[in-house]
Amino acid sequence: MDAIILQILNGLDKGSAYALIALGLTLIFGTLGVVNFAHGALFMIGSFCAVTLSKILNLSYEVVDPTKKDFLGNPLKVKMPYVESWFGTDMGAAIIDWSVPLAILFSIPVMICIGFIMERGLIKHFYKRPHADQILVTFGLAIVLQEIIKYFYGANPIPTPAPAVFKGSFDFGVILGFDPNTIIYPYWRLVYFGFAALIIGAVFAFLQFTTFGMVVRAGMADRETVGLLGINIDKRFTIMFGLAAAVAGLAGVMYAPINSPNYHMGMDFLVLSFVVVVVGGMGSLPGAVAAGFLLGVLESFASMNQIKSLIPGIDQIIIYLVAIIILLTRPRGLMGRKGVMED
Amino acid sequence: MSKTNLTRRGVLKSGAVAGAGVALPTIFTASSAAAYTNEPTGSTVTLGFNVPQTGPYADEGADELRAYQLAVEHLNGGGDGGMLNTFSSKELKGNGILGKKVEFVTGDTQTKSDAARASAKSMIEKDGAIMITGGSSSGVAVAVQGLCQEAGVIFMAGLTHSNDTTGKDKKANGFRHFFNAYMSGAALAPVLAKAYGTDRKAYHLTADYTWGWTQEESIVAATEALGWQTVNTVKTPLAQTDFSSYIAPVLNSGADVLVLNHYGGNMVNSLTNAVQFGLREKIVNGKQFEIVVPLYSRLMARGAGENVKGIMGTTNWHWSLQDEGSKAFVKSFGTKYGFPPSQAAHTTYCQTLLYADAAQRAGTFNPCGIAEALEGFDFDGLGNGATTYRAADHQCFKDVLVVRGKENPTSEFDLLEIVEITPRGQVEYAADHPMFAGGALGTCNPGA
Repeated sequence: MDAIILQILNGLDKGSAYALIALGLTLIFGTLGVVNFAHGALFMIGSFCAVTLSKILNLSYEVVDPTKKDFLGNPLKVKMPYVESWFGTDMGAAIIDWSVPLAILFSIPVMICIGFIMERGLIKHFYKRPHADQILVTFGLAIVLQEIIKYFYGANPIPTPAPAVFKGSFDFGVILGFDPNTIIYPYWRLVYFGFAALIIGAVFAFLQFTTFGMVVRAGMADRETVGLLGINIDKRFTIMFGLAAAVAGLAGVMYAPINSPNYHMGMDFLVLSFVVVVVGGMGSLPGAVAAGFLLGVLESFASMNQIKSLIPGIDQIIIYLVAIIILLTRPRGLMGRKGVMED
Repeated sequence: MSKTNLTRRGVLKSGAVAGAGVALPTIFTASSAAAYTNEPTGSTVTLGFNVPQTGPYADEGADELRAYQLAVEHLNGGGDGGMLNTFSSKELKGNGILGKKVEFVTGDTQTKSDAARASAKSMIEKDGAIMITGGSSSGVAVAVQGLCQEAGVIFMAGLTHSNDTTGKDKKANGFRHFFNAYMSGAALAPVLAKAYGTDRKAYHLTADYTWGWTQEESIVAATEALGWQTVNTVKTPLAQTDFSSYIAPVLNSGADVLVLNHYGGNMVNSLTNAVQFGLREKIVNGKQFEIVVPLYSRLMARGAGENVKGIMGTTNWHWSLQDEGSKAFVKSFGTKYGFPPSQAAHTTYCQTLLYADAAQRAGTFNPCGIAEALEGFDFDGLGNGATTYRAADHQCFKDVLVVRGKENPTSEFDLLEIVEITPRGQVEYAADHPMFAGGALGTCNPGA
């Protein structure tokens, strides 16, 4: 029982990341009709916003410490962050420690700008082209973006820790009446789950309860009619692209302490997120979120030793197996709408 | 009007004679020019450096390439000479190899076996490389070693730690300076037993490919021999990025040690996840829970940041060693590039010098002559103490370093501290050891 609860917790946390990326993908597909293979790269760039802010806050001047030697035997140059000299050692260290949460504020304008530039500069030229062209150009863009990041940040992962207060794990087992250490879960992953729920809720509320959201939803249902009513739907869809980029970016920022960011992390998530979108139903926002959590939980269960001993290698194929079963029984996915990608 | 006496038989006869006449010199020159693949004829000799320039190990590949360029500079008489000054063999004089200036071409392995074979093939066939070296993965090393055997050139392996490279997949044209998984286990287990006791229960997470399997087998055998129990061994997909679902059940299993048979990005992520779960703060079976990373790479350890503190593992070489060879190499590399070399840089630099020295001693670039010169070669002064290239499997035997993540690093390079230098006698094994069984060295292939 404890193992099952543990894997559900794990799955919810994985599912949070899948759901956030799939939500942005579906938003773009539903509004602009574009299959955006560069969406994983936006997640990766979000993570690198956290890395960048951390590097900015760690900008240092060098002080020579004659008592210590460097690897060549010269007096050691010790790095002193400017932030610590400006705000005092304790305050400066605290600011550096909280660089990931601070990067949320830093990443929103950056990601919206990147989203605007991508949409206006490249993707809008492919609205009327076949989906195959869109996939090729956005996939190419993803490769370009990740190579740019690799050029500036290198190929190795870069550690970007969470604030010290979130280190360690919470013992759920004790609360639920199990022995200590049976169900433990890291604090930061709980924060990530809560954050994902908040963002998903905010996006749904924005679309459901604002005039802007209503117009966007109307445009998703029937773009032509909304245009005929004299509403500039293109402008709104561009803003939605920026919003989707920001959602992916925020997912990436908060993910940075979970796995050290590297230039390839977007690709690792992209394929899975597409499966999530397809399983959820193309163009369905609730479907994307539900499928994200469902596949996250199933993936976690599949990596349990008991399951792996019954079906070896199931952890590597479970997501695709579930996708095949769902698409065979419900060809439009869990909550797919009629007429989407069926022309 | 003149009359020509052309007959069919006459044309055939004269054609055959003329054809034989034209072909005759080529038949003789062909056999003499192609005594072996890519025999250098001019005043230069070309080496092929096959390293990951793109992909997840690109930083390691870049460091290998820096070391190769430094080695070429030293072989041609440039720079301060580096480890040429400390190398026990004094055949190399800084005037290239056998009087020929050393040049090089590079290939990109992308850490993919097929791409690595293609780039090695291109360097051999198009660029005339006489030797191929480099790589940062056992899968790549085994694939390229096989190609070099077929092509008739020497392969000096780069960073490859799987037992199979000089075990079941060994080849007569291939040589490995780097240590292997068996040696890691043999060096690490006694130190672990001393630090954590002999009554321990270990849980292994293992990357699901050749290197992971051989490392798990080696560490399990070495630790069980000292009294540890192995609670479980779980294979994880190579492409896995989030290891939480594999780490979550560890505490419930009754294990008090987690062994991460992961390398590169896998190691960074699994270690980071394990530390996030707070495993190291837990007390299990009345003992402090411990994590072990049997194969360390300083470049990769940087990715895990503070999580490596106190974690034990092994490494082939470390820049803080204080022998004359290591000091000379660190000075030479550090002055040129501004930071200390990695173990990948060290092994590739050594391999280049060892190849050049073998050619010099053999008096030829013929792969069979070089192989003969390397087999059973005893040397010193290259940073690992007295070392032997064993003839039976082309594996180098030398001291192994047991290291631990440093608690108070003074710089971004100062991540590991040496716990013990395990003498080579403790990590040696018989050439027919079961973990290295299968496959045969075969005979040297000079190619053409």
